[in-house]
Amino acid sequence: MARVTFEHVTKRFDSVVAVQDFDLKIADKEFLVLVGPSGCGKSTTLRLLAGLEEISEGKIYIGDRLVNRVPARDRDIAMVFQSYALYPHMSVFDNMAFALTLHKVPKDDIRRRVSAAAQILDIETLLKRKPRQLSGGQRQRVALGRAIVRDPAVFLFDEPLSNLDAKLRVQTRAELSKLHQRLDSTFIYVTHDQVEAMTMATRIAVMKDGLLQQVGTPQDLYERPANMFVAGFIGSPAMNFFPVTVSGAPEDVHLDAENIKVQVPAAAAPALAPYLGNEIVFGIRPENIHDREFQPSDIRGAALEAQVDVTELMGNEVFLHLLADGEQFLARVDPRTKARPGNTIQVVFDMDRMHAFDPATEDAIALAPA
Amino acid sequence: MARRNPSTATEAALGGLLPAIRLGEALKWLAARVPIHLAVIGLAALWSVPTIALLVSSFRDPRDIATSGWWNAIKSPLDVTLDNYEKVLETEGMARAFFNSLIITVPATVLVILVAALAAYAFAWMQFPGRNVLFLIVVGLLVVPLQMTLIPVLRLYTDLTIDAEVPVIGGRVFGTGSYAGMWLAHTAYGLPFAVYLLRNFFGSLPRDLFESAYLDGASDLRVFFRIVLPLSMPAIAALAIFQFLWVWNDLLIALILLPDPNLAPMTLKITNLVTSFGSQYQLLTAAAFISMALPLFIFFALQRYFIQGILAGAVKG
Amino acid sequence: MIGRPWWTPWLWLAPALILLGVFLVYPTVDTFRRSLLDQRSRDFVGLDNYRFIIENPQPLVSDTHSALLNNVMWLTLFTVLTVGFGLVFAVLAARVRYEAVAKAAIFVPVAISFVAASVIWRFMYEFNSEIGTVNAGVTSLGGDPTAWLQNTGGLQTWLTDTGPDKWPGPLQINNMALILVGVWIWAGFAVVVLSAGLKGISTEILEAARVDGANEWQIFWRIIVPVLSPTIVVVSTTLVIQALKKFDLVWVMTGGRFETDVVATLFFKEAFIVRDFGVGAALAVVLLLWVVPIMVISIRRFQFQEETR
Repeated sequence: MARVTFEHVTKRFDSVVAVQDFDLKIADKEFLVLVGPSGCGKSTTLRLLAGLEEISEGKIYIGDRLVNRVPARDRDIAMVFQSYALYPHMSVFDNMAFALTLHKVPKDDIRRRVSAAAQILDIETLLKRKPRQLSGGQRQRVALGRAIVRDPAVFLFDEPLSNLDAKLRVQTRAELSKLHQRLDSTFIYVTHDQVEAMTMATRIAVMKDGLLQQVGTPQDLYERPANMFVAGFIGSPAMNFFPVTVSGAPEDVHLDAENIKVQVPAAAAPALAPYLGNEIVFGIRPENIHDREFQPSDIRGAALEAQVDVTELMGNEVFLHLLADGEQFLARVDPRTKARPGNTIQVVFDMDRMHAFDPATEDAIALAPA
Repeated sequence: MARRNPSTATEAALGGLLPAIRLGEALKWLAARVPIHLAVIGLAALWSVPTIALLVSSFRDPRDIATSGWWNAIKSPLDVTLDNYEKVLETEGMARAFFNSLIITVPATVLVILVAALAAYAFAWMQFPGRNVLFLIVVGLLVVPLQMTLIPVLRLYTDLTIDAEVPVIGGRVFGTGSYAGMWLAHTAYGLPFAVYLLRNFFGSLPRDLFESAYLDGASDLRVFFRIVLPLSMPAIAALAIFQFLWVWNDLLIALILLPDPNLAPMTLKITNLVTSFGSQYQLLTAAAFISMALPLFIFFALQRYFIQGILAGAVKG
Repeated sequence: MIGRPWWTPWLWLAPALILLGVFLVYPTVDTFRRSLLDQRSRDFVGLDNYRFIIENPQPLVSDTHSALLNNVMWLTLFTVLTVGFGLVFAVLAARVRYEAVAKAAIFVPVAISFVAASVIWRFMYEFNSEIGTVNAGVTSLGGDPTAWLQNTGGLQTWLTDTGPDKWPGPLQINNMALILVGVWIWAGFAVVVLSAGLKGISTEILEAARVDGANEWQIFWRIIVPVLSPTIVVVSTTLVIQALKKFDLVWVMTGGRFETDVVATLFFKEAFIVRDFGVGAALAVVLLLWVVPIMVISIRRFQFQEETR
């Protein structure tokens, strides 16, 4: 149980910078998820923490201890690998006991700890089997068991769910959250799947091209993304972006594109006033676009006519792929909608939930006082 | 519906021909197949003739061998004698030679695996400057024929000879006429191939297995003995068989470095027998068969690993 | 890995590097050196030893000319016959259900030592056609028996009783007889490797060819052989190297007499019987010089195969 601190950490592989100036303080007992697309540097960051790669610049602390030069085995860290890394020639019990035998823990203690971990993970009946006799889900639990048995200061996870099928993934997500609460430890978790991040994390750190984009709670990242990348990455389906011109007057701001004209709510107008006459990027999430006919009563919105391109029936809602002004966008609407491909439909943007971004820097324009 | 009622005339005609057609096809098929079977069986039989000749002759009386061909032995199959084996094992010292071969081969095989595995692990999983170049050099030494090394090694051994006798197994402690000398030489000559083979295999093990072990607290030695070696058994088995046979069947090195007839392995012993008993085939065949017995046994028992070793050894030549 | 002292890799490499240095690196350099010195390795004689090898017959040792050419004969005939047989047998055996047994039968000779094989074949080649299997076979077909290992005549002489009594070294019958033994031993190796390669050819290609109307002969030459050519090259280079280094077989069967000497037997005689270290070393260098290019090709091919997997 410890906190982890990254201070200006940089990692270079020859001329490629994999991680750049990474600064992050992770509190004790947090479930921190490092998320981002492939190649963003999240796995490398994890490996730097584990001691599997050497840092080029910067410092990493576990607790109060500087661990730059400390070998992996002395960092009191356990890691669950993407492919589980189970020792094929050892039984499940031996796999879980391996680290303990290396540290010369007495046999009785080993047995006790392995049984306890096996119980938590419901794999007691598998202790005598070899990895090749287990299913993917079972192997993953054994990998988890191995980590739990070590009782480390920090648990590291490197995309542990990516080899599981969809249904198992959903189930395991819930179990990991429960495990986190039960073990009351620091979890640092790497994934490319933002759903995993949103459902399990206490805080999320988004990375892209080696740089940290934003750190915050899932709610923070969802409601107040710091830039276009985070806005488009978090939330599924992704946020819609429209290039628009800010027009009107400082008290009455609208956003214009060819056939779109939406009014900006009064609360947000001051923030956009400086951009009058200029282009910005207008962002709105699919779940904040409604079928006018079934518009929820508390929405103040700007109505728009759009052509329906494709409809996807999801059961509890319908995804509409729409076209307006040559712009394609997605709306999640009430399942009772009468939209059909080829028709036009009136949709309403919930402007209280609008987002705006500077087109040059791609940073978010803060619309309301924080 | 229409299919069920072809003209009855056609059907009758075809019906009559059908058996004939079937037979014709069957014959044709057989005619195509028979030559293949003949060829394969014939060649396999032809190839086995010499070995069978050897085996049969080794059980025959010297008078029989001198007068009639071994194929005549079929006429009187019970006329077998174990005299030849007895003579060759006791009087001519083949029993001792058998053990000498074992004494030379087993340690040479074990040593080469151990030394090569250590080096292969370093090459596969440790970082150090010049790693790739050094590996290329080590493997490159495969091209050096034994002859390039023998004169200097002989002189080296002669200079370093320690005349004391080793208990139990015999021979000198070191130098010419010593088992230790043979072990070191054979180990060294087997290294380039062994390192190449093992390094490739070790390198193919998944990296996260090592990382997981390091994180668990394993040192390099622990990882080596408890993870790498157990998982590399197939490669090690193939290597062991290959090296075992290579050393067991070696003649040249024994000829040069082991002049003491008491220490001679079977290859050397048989060569001497040929020189002194050139036409006493009953002895020679018995001796040859004794030397073949172990490799043949290994071959039949461990065929899979044997062949793997040979396939991998396609490079060693 | 963090925390590993810089000297650890070197510690692990040490036993191997030391052994290689002592037994391979140092001797190679030393042998080069000796090839330029006199027979006791004292005085510098330049390229005299090499000149000697190329030009000279000598009382105790057989004609060096034929030794070099004998090796050439080995590497052509031996290789072609072994690869040819291996290929044909691999293809034929693949069509019968007892393929594994058939291959095992051919493979058995690979397991036995050259020395044991030499004993077997001395027995087979025995002049007395009552005993010697080959001669027995020959006489039963109506021919004349011959002392295979000593006959320095040519194939034509034996078959037709005409022609010169003594043929140029490499083409002599006794050389052929020795080469045949080599083929007998190594065919199994060729069969195993080529058979493995054959299994790698997808059956779909062969079926497509059959559907296209190709007969077996065409399939063999136009599909199997080309697709298998990398494997054929690997096998061939291995065999060529064997042919160049051949020692045991020749030594035990004829001792290099009757003009069957090869460079390796010559080396042994010069270095350890005549004890002329200079000439011996020079012969070793000759061996090295012509083995190296082949091995380089072989290793590179193997590397290439490994990389493209």
